[in-house]
Amino acid sequence: MRFIDRISGILLAVLAAASQVAAAPQRVVSMNLCADQLAMMLAAPGQLISVSYLARDPEASAMAVEAQAFPVNHGLAEEIFLLQPDLVIAGQYTTQATVSMLKRLGIPVAIMAPADSLEDARDRMTEMGAHLGHPEKATALVAEFDENLGRLAQDADEGPRAAIYAAHGYTFGPQSLSGDILRAAGLRNVAEEAGLDRGGMLALERLVMLAPDLVILSQRRGGNSRAEEILNHPALRALLEEAGVAPLTDRNWVCGTPHVLRAIAGLAVERDAGQEPK
Amino acid sequence: MMAYVRLLVALGLLSLLLFVVSLLVGPAGVSPRLSLSALIFGDAGPLTLVMREIRLPRAILGAVIGAALGLGGAAMQGYLRNPMAEPGILGVSGTAALGAVLAIQTGLTATFALALPFAALAGAGVAVTLLLFLAGRRGGALTLILAGIAISALAGALTSLVLNLSPNPFAANEIIFWMMGSLADRSFLHVALALPFFALGACLILPLGRGLDSLTLGEDAAEALGVRIVRLRVLLVAGVAAMIGGATAVAGAIGFVGLVVPHLLRRTVGAQPGRLLFASALGGACMVLAADIAVRLILPDRDLKLGVMTAIVGTPFFLHLIYRTRGRG
Repeated sequence: MRFIDRISGILLAVLAAASQVAAAPQRVVSMNLCADQLAMMLAAPGQLISVSYLARDPEASAMAVEAQAFPVNHGLAEEIFLLQPDLVIAGQYTTQATVSMLKRLGIPVAIMAPADSLEDARDRMTEMGAHLGHPEKATALVAEFDENLGRLAQDADEGPRAAIYAAHGYTFGPQSLSGDILRAAGLRNVAEEAGLDRGGMLALERLVMLAPDLVILSQRRGGNSRAEEILNHPALRALLEEAGVAPLTDRNWVCGTPHVLRAIAGLAVERDAGQEPK
Repeated sequence: MMAYVRLLVALGLLSLLLFVVSLLVGPAGVSPRLSLSALIFGDAGPLTLVMREIRLPRAILGAVIGAALGLGGAAMQGYLRNPMAEPGILGVSGTAALGAVLAIQTGLTATFALALPFAALAGAGVAVTLLLFLAGRRGGALTLILAGIAISALAGALTSLVLNLSPNPFAANEIIFWMMGSLADRSFLHVALALPFFALGACLILPLGRGLDSLTLGEDAAEALGVRIVRLRVLLVAGVAAMIGGATAVAGAIGFVGLVVPHLLRRTVGAQPGRLLFASALGGACMVLAADIAVRLILPDRDLKLGVMTAIVGTPFFLHLIYRTRGRG
């Protein structure tokens, strides 16, 4: 009985491995900024044939330079179809019309949910490895990620109090990827004190009253907007004279990829700078 | 006369009361006594910062913008002899918003801050001029409203277009602000942008009271009484454009204030557009301050837009006016 179990187990494993090799897609198109970056890290040469145009935006993408090597798409069904992909990787919330059309045309589409935590980020790496047929590369990437994270991570319980503040007065709570980045860098998130779990608008006067030790401020984007005016509000400027300020560099913060380690490392520097006697 | 003075005193006291309440209401939820002492005496703490840099400019802007909208509405109604004339409904605020959006998106405001209210003023000026031209000497209420709808629709579409084309990821989100208006997280920089334009507009319009009174007898009769119609028209256009431009540049388009306030006050003031001007300025300040308090009490954390509140109050008035003027077109 046990012998048969073991044999069938081995057989199943062999079969699974064989089907994975057979199923490894040869023409992969990514339509999502975060998937773009994971795919560029994990795909075999020639396997990835297009990434989204956002992957080349140096403000949004941590791999803008690498993305120069790939043709870009704009998430339109027509252009994707003409690339004749055998796998399309899309995000969960954007380009939904394109995804449903590609499915109707018989093209396999893998949907990747956004990462809302460092745990999610780890899962996405594994998922991408499975989609591309390179689980071993993903395992190595996760192991490297965990090792680096372990070296960087600090205890947040007694750490300085920090707030993320972006255009429109938006902040991120503890139950978000940004919240995890804060925690890993040894910072306590004041959004939690304000009762925001995932994130939301934080009125400027509440931010001022919370008086955080460090404000992680979003950087102005190209073009002009009224939404970013709040970042120049005199009350915020006065607050920043007391508190430290760190940049919220979107490219390292928005996607669950190993690049979040750069965000954590950057914060750790600010944290240590703030704790030195002034 | 006594009733008029009593009304002005009552409105003045009410706006003062609402101004103080506006200072005390906010998401930070601090006791009134602490808030006022932090505002007046001040310390290095964050509460003083909140009171002086966030709540005080917000309350001042509420009063100034309300006064601008009330006075602007009363002036337009007086000149056009039409109770439905109102800057928001007729697209004056909408074109002012378009001007402001263009100034921001072209980067003009980054080099020259005053470009914002000036561009909004230009937008408002175009709309008012166009409206007066279309209304003509004896244009009916319907003509005016239809012209206003057309101007509003075009201004709204172009504003959306400009914001959609912006390379900035946050710009498209701002369509809501420009269409509905808000005073959230404004600062003294905005007071400095709006106040001079309001003062200029009020100085141009308030002295026109006597001319507007004479105009109720008709243009010919008014001219016979020595009113210079062309001069009155030019001053009115400039004044309304300055006030609505300044207000919209910092707070977005807030509708219906200029409709509701003169309508409510007309009964007490009587059929004298001149007297209505000053009373409507005070009444407008009361209405916007009250609406701005309401948005913070109803949804303290969500930045409920001011224009939503004024539209909820104002639309029944507007429909009532349409109902009453049916058949008189």
